[in-house]
Amino acid sequence: MTTAVHLSQSLLADARRDEASLRDFIFSLPGVDKVGLEARAAALGTRSIKNDSKRALIDLAIRMVDLTTLEGADTPGKVAALCAKAITPDPLDSSVPQVAAVCVYGDRVAEARAALGSSRINVAAVATAFPSGRASLIVKLQDTADAVAAGADEIDMVIDRGAFLSGRYGQVYDEIVAVKAACGSAHLKVILETGELQTYDNIKRASWIAMLAGADFIKTSTGKVPSAATPANVLLMLEACRDWERVTGERIGMKPAGGIRTTKDAMKMLVLVHETVGDAWLDPHLFRIGASTLLNDLLMQRNKLASGNYSGPRYVTND
Amino acid sequence: MTEFDYAPAPESRAVVDIKPSYGLFIDGEFVDPISDDYLPTFNPANEEHLAYFAVGGEADVDAAVRAARRAFPKWSKMSGAERGKYLFRIARILQERAREFAVLETLDNGKPIKESRDIDIPLVAAHFFYHAGWADKLEFAGYGKNPKPIGVAGQVIPWNFPMLMLAWKVAPALACGNTVVLKPAETTPLTALLFAEVCQQAGLPKGVVNIVTGAGATGASLVAHAGVDKVAFTGSTAVGKSIAQAVAGTKKRLTLELGGKGANIIFEDAPIDQAIEGIINGIFFNQGHVCCAGSRLLIQESVADEVIERLKHRMQTLRVGDPMDKNTDVGAINSLAQLQRITELAASGDEEGAERWSVDCALPERGFWYRPTLFLNSTDAHRIAREEIFGPVLAVQTFRTPSEALDKANNSPYGLSAGVWSEKGSRIHLMAEGLRAGVVWANTFNRFDPTSPFGGYKESGYGREGGVAGLASYLVQE
Repeated sequence: MTTAVHLSQSLLADARRDEASLRDFIFSLPGVDKVGLEARAAALGTRSIKNDSKRALIDLAIRMVDLTTLEGADTPGKVAALCAKAITPDPLDSSVPQVAAVCVYGDRVAEARAALGSSRINVAAVATAFPSGRASLIVKLQDTADAVAAGADEIDMVIDRGAFLSGRYGQVYDEIVAVKAACGSAHLKVILETGELQTYDNIKRASWIAMLAGADFIKTSTGKVPSAATPANVLLMLEACRDWERVTGERIGMKPAGGIRTTKDAMKMLVLVHETVGDAWLDPHLFRIGASTLLNDLLMQRNKLASGNYSGPRYVTND
Repeated sequence: MTEFDYAPAPESRAVVDIKPSYGLFIDGEFVDPISDDYLPTFNPANEEHLAYFAVGGEADVDAAVRAARRAFPKWSKMSGAERGKYLFRIARILQERAREFAVLETLDNGKPIKESRDIDIPLVAAHFFYHAGWADKLEFAGYGKNPKPIGVAGQVIPWNFPMLMLAWKVAPALACGNTVVLKPAETTPLTALLFAEVCQQAGLPKGVVNIVTGAGATGASLVAHAGVDKVAFTGSTAVGKSIAQAVAGTKKRLTLELGGKGANIIFEDAPIDQAIEGIINGIFFNQGHVCCAGSRLLIQESVADEVIERLKHRMQTLRVGDPMDKNTDVGAINSLAQLQRITELAASGDEEGAERWSVDCALPERGFWYRPTLFLNSTDAHRIAREEIFGPVLAVQTFRTPSEALDKANNSPYGLSAGVWSEKGSRIHLMAEGLRAGVVWANTFNRFDPTSPFGGYKESGYGREGGVAGLASYLVQE
């Protein structure tokens, strides 16, 4: 077995040739040592962020939020409220930046699009039988096409974890390629569902399959399964983005989602970005944070830095 | 794109109260030295004067050894459970005062606060807790049914991990029923003196722990003192040899933990990103002032270029500077003398034809600093690959096969540590079997635990510290 430490453009081209080549490629990637990966992620978690740095990073984190509601109970009213919050996160402070996108189910895209009006906030739709991905390819593609037709700027698809775990890597790859085609000009985020892939080697391999297949972003999780955007998972996927850029010159975006609730969690994510892929990724075009409750904590911490006092959850909106 | 910079995040030093000068800790009290001699200690990060400390002369050492002798009968006959209580109490106080110890250690030593806070001091407490647990179980340690303490232990420790080396020496000695006279290093005496306060706070019987600060001559007096039954030394191989000579022909028992030139071996099937972290941790942890540092990097040729490129990239992200800043990765060199030694040895690397590469970073104007440095194309014949540099300087070599890696790794007068990086379990076992090193880390480096014995082969010394094996150094088997 040769290792793919020496990644090259031609090696990537070979990997795309057929299923056997793809399998050879992902199995030639250097392994991941669990203890070492988690230790590095934990060590970066001890970085101390103060004063001006914290102020700047809170605003950056707000600009990176994909404000999300993905419930069976989502209604037009709920989506409208979410969009209002996306446009004006803090009604009392117009200096607060807007979030990057709202993230909804496909059938709520039109309502979100309308509610966001002329703002520059994107609409992201989860698609491909989110969150399980258990449907035929035809259904997944139609799901995607519907969302795009309704005005989605971004599609968050799920990979077929069943196919991945049974070793049908070609199927995983082909589906991403097909969904990418169905996206048209919409950006494609590929959700790996780290909690179901379970091992770091799997997460690494799935990241590379997604990048090879044309993902614009790789994304940790649906938010429906535990062990989602852990620091170690995010570090590992950022390393894949970094290595992809080294070989191809292209920058693939990264979106941690699931379990990021506090400003501290978000700061840790930005530290991982800064120290792993570099500051080019400190941009909503290349790094998003999928979250529903994070925004309020960011607002509360922002107010605390500005006023010196912690106001508490009654002073931010619940949407 | 946003500029990202960490705003200064300085740890507060208000938590420590440094006295203008310190006496010796003998028989449970701080006393003025009979020698009437004092030395200054400095913060190596900015050359700020911190305090004066006493330099123990022969008469002071004699007083300390006599105090330890007087304390020995009662301490050694005390039940293990009672001795254990004192050790547990010390361990808890160390945890309660951890921040104070961490700040003082960083001020006196120059190591980053992140390391003293997250590694040194927690391990210190862990060593006391671990050995506290042994105190009443010594009969089950495998050294006979009724193992006895040796007597008075004379212990001389280095400046690289001042408190941790104190813990490695004092905790097992006390647990086994010995009393001690400890001589800290002359550039880092302050935390040992703070530990003396902890002994008072814990109500440790007088004379069980005595701390005699000073320089080389003080240590030599202690080692030579006829009232010492056991000598334990951690430090340089040169001093270790002179101690072995001084002790030869006496009844004294001796353990030595000396220098090293650890090989960190990267196979082509290694988990590369974690191996890079392991290389960084192996040589830049504690500015490379680590006896078991992975100061020789052996990379399989098939991945050497890739590993070196990634390593350089990662090294460039190291944050070198104010040790009191919580975001600092690499702190100050401990002393001017050590900086000169590192500089001199690195210069030999240039002269002998190795290719130097250093991190491009600003260094503070005052204090003692050395940029994290690689020497590429280094060979076994270079001084930088043979001699212990004890600084942030890594000699890089390549190998082709596992047997060549073993030959190169073992081709050293030292034998303290080694690291093996491979995803193949059988290869790790094969290497571990063949490496003549006291510690072999697999897919990690510089990890310490009180349950794991530590010590060397060859010129890295003899005797073990930590774990069950470490108890042997402080017990007489019956």
